[in-house]
Amino acid sequence: MRHALAACLALALGCGPVGMLLVLRRMSLMGDALSHAVLPGAAIGFLVSGLSLYSMTIGGVIVGLMVALIAGAVSRYTSLREDASFAALYLVSIAVGVLIISVRGTNIDLIHVLFGTILAVDDPALILVASITTLTLFTLALIYRPLMVECFDPDFLRSVGGHGAAMHFMFLVLVVLNLVAGFTALGTLMAVGMLMLPAASAHFWGYHFWSASLIAVLIALFSGYCGLLLSFYGDLPSGPSIILVAGGCYLFSMLFGRKGGLLSRVQRGPHLTG
Amino acid sequence: MAAITLHNVTLGYQRHPAVHHLSGSFASGSMTAIVGPNGSGKSTLLKGITGFLRPMEGSIDRGGLQAHQIAYLPQRLEVDRSFPITVLDTVLLGLWQEIGMFGGVNRTLWQRAAKALSTVGLGGLESRGINELSGGQFQRVMFARMSLQNAPVLIFDEPFNAIDQQTVLDLMAVIRRWHEEGRTLLIVVHDLVLVREFFPQALLLAREPVTWGKTSEVLTEEHLLQSRTMAQAWDRAAAICRQEPL
Repeated sequence: MRHALAACLALALGCGPVGMLLVLRRMSLMGDALSHAVLPGAAIGFLVSGLSLYSMTIGGVIVGLMVALIAGAVSRYTSLREDASFAALYLVSIAVGVLIISVRGTNIDLIHVLFGTILAVDDPALILVASITTLTLFTLALIYRPLMVECFDPDFLRSVGGHGAAMHFMFLVLVVLNLVAGFTALGTLMAVGMLMLPAASAHFWGYHFWSASLIAVLIALFSGYCGLLLSFYGDLPSGPSIILVAGGCYLFSMLFGRKGGLLSRVQRGPHLTG
Repeated sequence: MAAITLHNVTLGYQRHPAVHHLSGSFASGSMTAIVGPNGSGKSTLLKGITGFLRPMEGSIDRGGLQAHQIAYLPQRLEVDRSFPITVLDTVLLGLWQEIGMFGGVNRTLWQRAAKALSTVGLGGLESRGINELSGGQFQRVMFARMSLQNAPVLIFDEPFNAIDQQTVLDLMAVIRRWHEEGRTLLIVVHDLVLVREFFPQALLLAREPVTWGKTSEVLTEEHLLQSRTMAQAWDRAAAICRQEPL
């Protein structure tokens, strides 16, 4: 249980800012697609050495990055848009993943991979998640400026020679790494929830990138903590519990968020002088 | 001396030309209006000159200029104006060559950005988010950023679209100051009155080049009529072009 809590904490720190960037870049669905793309990699790792953390992680990272690269190349060099190319590739990869696991493993194994087993997180898994978080935060700090410009005015970055494509790719690597970190804890289906739900909720509160990211981290922490307690005492599966708490936060933010939440539209108050 | 020379340049998409066999040069320190109907290849030409798009034929000689020495303002719709970034941060990006990806911003640079902002009439709005600005104010911010880039060649793609008269005049004043400083300016403009009043040179495009030279000689009724009768769309069954360079 302590391991699980620590893993959630680490996960929240990395997923907050990365998820925020996904929302800002309108790449939310791409995060979803990538999370499914991790599955066949993990499945191949599973095929090679059973439910081993390292082989499944490495497999997930490699295949996730491959899918991101192929989808990027397809949208760059053909007329298909990026969202469509990601959708096509993730459908193929999730089918491949489920097929591989069901050929060799049992349904229980499949459930493990799809939904994760955070209460079984051990020392190596914890170290992996923590390393990925550290790497994410350092990389983001390093490429913060060009990444921001790439989001907001890519043509400008290009005209000053700012390596926009490289920034985009490094960002995709971070997304895949965080998804893989999330997958050990939450499973491939739920991993993207830790990225997207806190970020989508924080969007209703923060006016700056940094403040919104901070709020996303706090929401992710809260969801992880409450979700784990819920699953521990209520004997519920951990992944869905955590994501449902995050979903509750999203619902709350959507209703009461000060930046464009539903209630802020209803209660406008009298207009100002200027 | 020429800042940018075009040698029989053809630019386009999927083998269809949008700029067809264009030759000529933008003299160093010249100020040229690029005129023509929608779809006549104006934006495509600018993308070729900045190096975003590679010519299908011919070549573009930038006279030894580096990519970052050509400042480029794209059409506004290509910028995400809902992005949470402040006005001052946006203007500071103009100092990219000095601060780069990782450099810090000291007080001097901060003051330069604030000064650039007040030159375009937006002093005091430094800490606002760009999503709070009107279209005209946002364009002023873009001009402030360009002035910090300190580039010898400046390229604008329809900078006055949907901009009010007063802002156009204010921004034209900024452009004229750049002209007086000896910078080379290429500006896509639709307002012919504005072109006749302020621009010494004009290039009239209609996919095929129509005329290029002194504004009074370019913007004649005959030439404008000629540009309006251009083909409105690609010819799907177009044959391969075998025109020899002139």
